[in-house]
Amino acid sequence: MQSLGRALPLPLKARRDPAPSRLTYRMQRLWLTPAFRIGFRIGLPVAVVSLAIWGWLADDARRAALWAGVDAVRNSFEDRPEFRVSLVSITGAAPELADAVRARMGIRLPISSWKLDLDAARASAEALDAVEKARIRVQGGELRVEITERVPALVWRTERGLALVDATGHRVAGLGSREDRPDLPLIAGEGADRAVPEALEILQAAAPLTARIRGLVRQGDRRWDLVLDRDQTILLPAIDPVSAVERLLALDQADMLLARDITAVDLRDPRRPVLRLGAHALAVFRGTPEVTAADASIDATTDATSLEKTP
Amino acid sequence: MTDLYQAQRAMRNMRKAALQRGVIAILDVGTSKIGCLILRFDGAETDRETEGVGPMAGQAQFRVIGAATTRSRGVRFGEITAMNETERAIRTVVRAAQKMASVRVDHVIACFSGAEPRSYGLAGDVALQDSVVTENDVARVLAACDVPDIGQGREVLHAHPVNFALDHRSGLGDPRGQIGNRLACDMHLMTVDAAVIQNLLHCIKRCDLDLAGLASSAYVSGISSLVEDEQELGAACIDMGGGTTGISIFLKKHMIYADSVRLGGDHVTSDISKGLQIPLAVAERIKTKHGGVQATGMDDREMIEIGGDSGDWEKDRRQISRTELIGIMRPRVEEILEEVRSRLDVAGFEALPSQQIVLTGGASQIPGLDMLAAKILGQRVRMGRPLRVQGLPQAATGPAFASTVGLCLFAAHPQDEWWDFDIPSERYPARSLKRAVKWFKDNW
Repeated sequence: MQSLGRALPLPLKARRDPAPSRLTYRMQRLWLTPAFRIGFRIGLPVAVVSLAIWGWLADDARRAALWAGVDAVRNSFEDRPEFRVSLVSITGAAPELADAVRARMGIRLPISSWKLDLDAARASAEALDAVEKARIRVQGGELRVEITERVPALVWRTERGLALVDATGHRVAGLGSREDRPDLPLIAGEGADRAVPEALEILQAAAPLTARIRGLVRQGDRRWDLVLDRDQTILLPAIDPVSAVERLLALDQADMLLARDITAVDLRDPRRPVLRLGAHALAVFRGTPEVTAADASIDATTDATSLEKTP
Repeated sequence: MTDLYQAQRAMRNMRKAALQRGVIAILDVGTSKIGCLILRFDGAETDRETEGVGPMAGQAQFRVIGAATTRSRGVRFGEITAMNETERAIRTVVRAAQKMASVRVDHVIACFSGAEPRSYGLAGDVALQDSVVTENDVARVLAACDVPDIGQGREVLHAHPVNFALDHRSGLGDPRGQIGNRLACDMHLMTVDAAVIQNLLHCIKRCDLDLAGLASSAYVSGISSLVEDEQELGAACIDMGGGTTGISIFLKKHMIYADSVRLGGDHVTSDISKGLQIPLAVAERIKTKHGGVQATGMDDREMIEIGGDSGDWEKDRRQISRTELIGIMRPRVEEILEEVRSRLDVAGFEALPSQQIVLTGGASQIPGLDMLAAKILGQRVRMGRPLRVQGLPQAATGPAFASTVGLCLFAAHPQDEWWDFDIPSERYPARSLKRAVKWFKDNW
C-alpha cells in the first residue's frame, strides 16, 4: 500500500512566538535589575534567617535554656583539671600577715583559673596596710602570691593610740604600747604622717642627740618640734628644718647648750635663735639668792644673740 | 519649531545617558518583522576623524549582545494599525533579546519605514559677525534656513546640514575656523506623519522603555548598505521591505533625499495568494522557496505543489509550474521598481555624479531581481548586504536586517542634526531675562 504522504509539507504556521503578558515582561525586567537580584539572593535569605532567630529568641524560656546550655558547656570546659588551682602559696610575708592576706583574698579552693580574678585578688591583698606590693600569678595549679611588706620606720601617736608608719607615712599596723618598739622614734601631732619623710631627715640630722630625743611633734600641720628629755623643746622652722638642726648641734657642741638649764630653743627665725631658760637659770640670771656658783658660771652670757658671737 | 527642538534634544540626552550606562536597545519596527538588538558600548568614545561639525559626531565601540526577531503584528505599510498587537510584539522581542543578553535595557532607539516621508532642501545664509566662522555662526546659519510649510500634523524626523558654503567656496564639511564674509548652508529636512510617531511612542512607552532616538529606516539602511565611496559619490539605497519600499539618496556622506513607496514584498505574497487561491502563509513559503522574476525554459518543467487543506482531492493535489509563479510575481515587482524609478526621477537622481543603486531589504532576495532592476533602474545596480557589526548573529546578517544594522551604526555615531547645535542667542526666548532687566531699570 502506498503512502498517502503529502507532496508538500504542511503549510507551516508561523513559529510559535507568544507574547509575554505585561506582568511576565515586568517581572523579567525586574529580575534583570542588578540591585533587585542582589537583594533577592542575599538580602532575602539574611532577612529570613534573622527573623527566624529573632522569633525563636523572643521567648524567655528558650532564651534562658539557651544561656543555660552555653553556661554548662563553658563550665565543663573551665572545670577541666588542667585549669584547676588547688593551692595558694604566699611568700615574703610573716605568717600572721600571710594568713591575713589569705583571708582577705577569700579564694575558695579548688577553683578554675578561668574564674580567678587576679586583679581583684591583688587589689584586696594590697588593701591591707602592711602590704606594700603584691604580685600574683598562676603557675602549675598553684596561685603564687609574692608580698612585699611595709617596713615600719616610725611610731605615730594619735588620739586613737599608737601606730606604726613606714617611710612614706603609710600606716603599717597598730601598736599596743610604746615599749613594743622602743627602737623606733616617735612622732605626734596633726598631719604628722604626711610629713614623715621630713621627720626622718630631721632625725637623721639629729643622730648625735638620739639618746636624748623623745620624739617629734608636728605643730599646726606646718613645722616640727623636736622634743628632748628633761622637757627641752627645739622649735624648728617650717622651711629647711635640717639646717636648723645642724646649727643647733653646732651650738651644742660649742657651748654645751643643751646641757644647760634651758626649756626651749626657738630656731624658727634663722637669724635670731631664742632660748627659754629654766626657772633656776632664770633666777641665776636675775641674780636671785638661791643661785649656786656653778650655775652662775654657766650663765655668764645673758642673751642668745651674744651666744652666737662667742667663739 | 522649538518644541521639536526640545524633544529631539531630550532624546539626544537620553542617548547620552544610555551610552553612559553602556547598554541600549535597537528596535526596528517593520511590516513583516520586528527586530531588536541590544548593544553594549565598551570603552569611551574615541575621537575618530569625523565628518561633521557638531558634538554628536563621535565614534563608539559597540558589540551586539542580544538579538531577537519576531513576526510583526499590527503593522501595515510600516505604520502601526493595531496598537495592542504591536505592543505585544515589541514586548516579545525585547524580552527575548533581554534574555539573550541577560541585561535589562531601558533606552531604545527605534526606526520605522512608513509615515510618508517627505524631503525638503533648505538653504540659508548669514553674514558673519566676525570674519572667522565659529560654532555660534554655524548655529545661526542653520537657524537662518527658512522652513517650508511642512503641512498640518507632520513632524520633522531628520534635519541634516548637508553642505556649507563660505562666500563662493562651496562643499565645505566643517567651516569652523575658516575666514569669509557670508556663510551659507544647505539642509536636508525630512518630515513624517506625526500620528505615526505618536503611535510608536505610545507603544514603546507601554513597554516601560524610554525612546532615545528615532530614525527613518530608509536612512539607516542606506547607512548600513552603501559603502563609503557610494555614499560619497552619490548612490540610492532601495530598501525593499514587507509593506514599504524605502528610497534614500546619499551624496557626500549625507542623505539628500528620502522617500518611500507603499508597496513591498507583502503585496507580492498577497498577489500569489489571490492568484493561486492559497493561504497567505503558503504563498509566503512558495514565494521564498520557488519565487523569481526571470522566467527560463527550465521553469516550465519545474512543478510546484501548492496543496490545500480542503479535503478535496482535486484541490489538494494542485500543481503549478514555476513559470506561472513568476508570471504572478514579476508584474508586481516591476510595478514596485517602476514606482521607485519615478520617485528617483522626481528627486533628480540623474544629476548625481555616480548613479549607483543598491537593493537591500527582505524583498530584494527574489532571485533575478538584479537583472530586472537593471532594466528598469539603470545598469548600475547591485544587491546590498548590511555592514558586518561585532557580535551580530549569523541569522541577522542578511539584507532583511539592513535597517536594523544601520540603526546600530546610527546609534553608535549619529550624524549631526540641526538640534545638536545650540539655538543662537538672538533666537533664544530671552523675554524673561529682558523682563527682569527692565524691572530692575524701572525700579532702581
